[in-house]
Amino acid sequence: MTQATAPAELPIESLVRRRRWLRLPPAWRTPLAVIGATIALAWVIIALVGPLIWPYNPLTQSAHLLQAPSAVHWFGTDELGRDVFSRVLAGARVTIPLALLLVIMSMLVGASLGAIAGFFGRWVDETIMRITDLVMAFPTVILAMVVAAALGPSLFNAVLAALIVSWPGYCRVTRGLVLALRNADYVLANRLLGYGPWRSLRLDVLPNVVGPVLVLASLDIGTAALLLSGLSFLGLGAKPPTAEWGSMISDAVQNFSDWWLGVFPGLAIVTLVMAFNFLGDTLRDALDPRTASIVGKAEQV
Amino acid sequence: MSAPVGPVITITDLRVAIAGTQILRGIDLSLTSGRIQGLAGESGSGKTMTGLAVLGLLPPRSTVSGSIDLTGTDLVGLTPKQMNLIRGRRVSMVFQDPSTSLHPMLSVGAQLTDHIRYHLKVSRTQARGRAIAMLASVRIPEPEAAMKRFPHQFSGGQRQRIAIAIALACEPAILIADEPTTALDVTVQAGVLRLLRALADDMGLAVLLITHDLGVMSAIADDVAVMRAGLIVEAGPRGDVLVTPAHDYTRSLLASLPGATGGVSSLEDIRALAEPTDAIGGAR
Amino acid sequence: MRRSSRHQPGTAAPSREDAAAPAGLPPVGAGEVIATAAVPTDGAKVRSSHPLARYLRRRLGVSVLLLIGVTLVTFLLTNLVPSNPAVANLGQQAGSDPKVVAAFNAKYGLNRPLPVQYVIYLKNLLHGDLGTSLLTHQPVLSDLGTAIPATMELALGAIVLSTLIGVSFGVFSAIRRGRAVDQGLRVISLIGISVPTFWLALLSYYIFYYKLNIAPGSGRLSPTMTPPPHVTGLYTVDALLAGQWSTFADAAAHLMLPTLVLTAYTVGLLTRFTRSAILEVLDQDFVRAARAKGLPSRIVLRRYVLRAALVPILTLIGLAFGSLLSGTVLVESVFAWPGIGAYAYQAASHLDLPGIMGVGLFVGIVFLAVNFIVDLLYGVIDPRVRVS
Repeated sequence: MTQATAPAELPIESLVRRRRWLRLPPAWRTPLAVIGATIALAWVIIALVGPLIWPYNPLTQSAHLLQAPSAVHWFGTDELGRDVFSRVLAGARVTIPLALLLVIMSMLVGASLGAIAGFFGRWVDETIMRITDLVMAFPTVILAMVVAAALGPSLFNAVLAALIVSWPGYCRVTRGLVLALRNADYVLANRLLGYGPWRSLRLDVLPNVVGPVLVLASLDIGTAALLLSGLSFLGLGAKPPTAEWGSMISDAVQNFSDWWLGVFPGLAIVTLVMAFNFLGDTLRDALDPRTASIVGKAEQV
Repeated sequence: MSAPVGPVITITDLRVAIAGTQILRGIDLSLTSGRIQGLAGESGSGKTMTGLAVLGLLPPRSTVSGSIDLTGTDLVGLTPKQMNLIRGRRVSMVFQDPSTSLHPMLSVGAQLTDHIRYHLKVSRTQARGRAIAMLASVRIPEPEAAMKRFPHQFSGGQRQRIAIAIALACEPAILIADEPTTALDVTVQAGVLRLLRALADDMGLAVLLITHDLGVMSAIADDVAVMRAGLIVEAGPRGDVLVTPAHDYTRSLLASLPGATGGVSSLEDIRALAEPTDAIGGAR
Repeated sequence: MRRSSRHQPGTAAPSREDAAAPAGLPPVGAGEVIATAAVPTDGAKVRSSHPLARYLRRRLGVSVLLLIGVTLVTFLLTNLVPSNPAVANLGQQAGSDPKVVAAFNAKYGLNRPLPVQYVIYLKNLLHGDLGTSLLTHQPVLSDLGTAIPATMELALGAIVLSTLIGVSFGVFSAIRRGRAVDQGLRVISLIGISVPTFWLALLSYYIFYYKLNIAPGSGRLSPTMTPPPHVTGLYTVDALLAGQWSTFADAAAHLMLPTLVLTAYTVGLLTRFTRSAILEVLDQDFVRAARAKGLPSRIVLRRYVLRAALVPILTLIGLAFGSLLSGTVLVESVFAWPGIGAYAYQAASHLDLPGIMGVGLFVGIVFLAVNFIVDLLYGVIDPRVRVS
């Protein structure tokens, strides 16, 4: 989450879309968007429906250890005899809400700080920017790993660590947008009419910032999921016996010849992240190209 | 350089469509050496596209029909390779904003000499000498030192002069100037316009001056054509078109100049109304 | 105030907000600064140095500040964040022995005020004391020393390969915009960045080694081989230097699969963003002006487009390197590659805090250095950046 190429003016029309739930605008009717939406929707439903579709309890161990996929266990069983299929389905309930939570929180924290920095300037701006620089001085996963280790391994701490690593991106982008808008005529006019700084920020600047930031967030969901599962893979996230895709793959490394242990959770991650990436990419393309270029340089690890 | 007699380029019934939308609906225009042909109009009228069409620089997905006759060669339908030989060598273009039309990371010298060497196949030293001479002729101070500098180290007016020097480095017969002074400070515009007029007079350059600014037009153009929605609605010598316009649209353009409520009755009125550019010779 | 330079994406000297951003790089916009090269205004008081040298000194200053910041971060995470720093750094066993804990507290001044603690931490760092690994019971510094060359061998190969492939694909995709090749590459790179590196590592190890037997097993060398005499620590290079061809072949074979896995993600990243960078430059006026001069496309591409896009592309490569370093953590353990990534993985899963911090600090410093080099190159490529 990078780049602060601020545009001269923001195209308001493209940011304010009237809700037409049944008819998708033409830009969305690309095969990529449709595939992405379908898969994402499927996963969300799997996560919501949860226990209703699990053939077995993901936590129940059995004596049938490390069995290859069969009619009884579609994805086979793991080293403790648990059904892999159920565990993969159950993993959605961990990854999807947490990824969404992470993105929302990073967006809120990052965008707020960025807006404040951009709007109020001077030492506030300097301080916030220095902190941003510092966080971005580390590659993402490394810093997340380091913070999560310092905090202690738990899912909550993993999300916290990921949050600490992710907010600077939003901060930078928002700050750039706000800086550009701050000197717009209508903002200055309202200030002359007596708007205080906070009111000006809230009513004049923020509504136009929301659009690109939301697009950035949507592009980020996939990255968030990757980061969280990466942390779990390292043992810094989900604790056993929680069914989480990253930690399942970590266990699979020990028994790599039992291919079903690692392949299916991985496929789950790939399809989920791909779906959100397709959606986000289409969303970005559907925007006015000027806004699209700000939002472009989104991902890192 | 001997200037040919008669039009050096004749555009006949030029029609351009971009991605299905008709931009030019049949343009007839000709340029004669030593004369500045003005092409006026509001934004969206297609005047810039006309210039780009001559050079074959239209956006992708455009269709062109009609003919652009350059002393015997029809430019419409040439391959890109063939067009490359024409561009910069026989027809050149100067763009509106010199802060974006010059490459920020290449020295002025590099931008001046690369096409000289490509078109004229001369040695590096010869190209350099030619470039320095060009810079001198557009009145860039200390041309030798300027060669090593970068565009951002020059003022806006100087940058546009450099752009003109680049355009004319291979001695084309035709120069298309697209809003050459619009991005410049008012005080600097007169100098650049004077330069263009001098180039036409002294070098026999045929100039297509595209601008929305009627003041600029009145200052140096010999003939004026007014465009609207892809068509030329009126064309003729400057005095006729600007002082006694025949077409309503031209009248409304003139009337929209600030302070024109009393109407314009002479070229001086126009000049007084629009930007304060000096009267520059060449009126017919 | 940040102004016009941002309006020329692809051509503006970006202040690289994407990475260890130069903290206060003043934006240079067209028209904002009209300065000639350092011309002596008065014979006696000549401007002391070339603008490039001044720019470099400034960047160096910023990097040093960031370096201090990095140590501050690791300090905070080592001593402040853990609820019980002694236990976290010494391990469960030693942490319950009050004498050891007391010695630890005394050495790191955990009872002293914070700033003093930090100074002590810095002093220790400068003496090469990064603590002792809870796993190996060796000083972290020496552990890192043996691990670093292994990772460098991987990372260097991967970054060179990813850059070559990624940037070419990106350029190709951009100039063939909208056509089948472009669409295809876009989808491929989208999928590429959706695949978790650790999973790809596992999968490719399984397929290419276990099932297909194309790739050799884990580790840097086959069990029967001995490492070449140590010169650089890079087995391939050292084997070449010693003339041990079979060792070289073996080392290279082992290098291939991990390198390809690391490359996969990075190529996707680079393709996508190189494409955007080039597209932005293609829209610029100066490209059109260059074509108007009659220069053939290949010259326009090389001289005008690529040069302008080089700045954002360099940024991307710097970022990609950071991403690679992260990737090693996820990948090395799968291949039993004894680099800092595997070290970090072991440290993370066993909560070896000194080990983790050591890796974090090291990677932070390397990343800083990479970004500093990128900054250097900016100054060389883009003359506008040198003017302050």
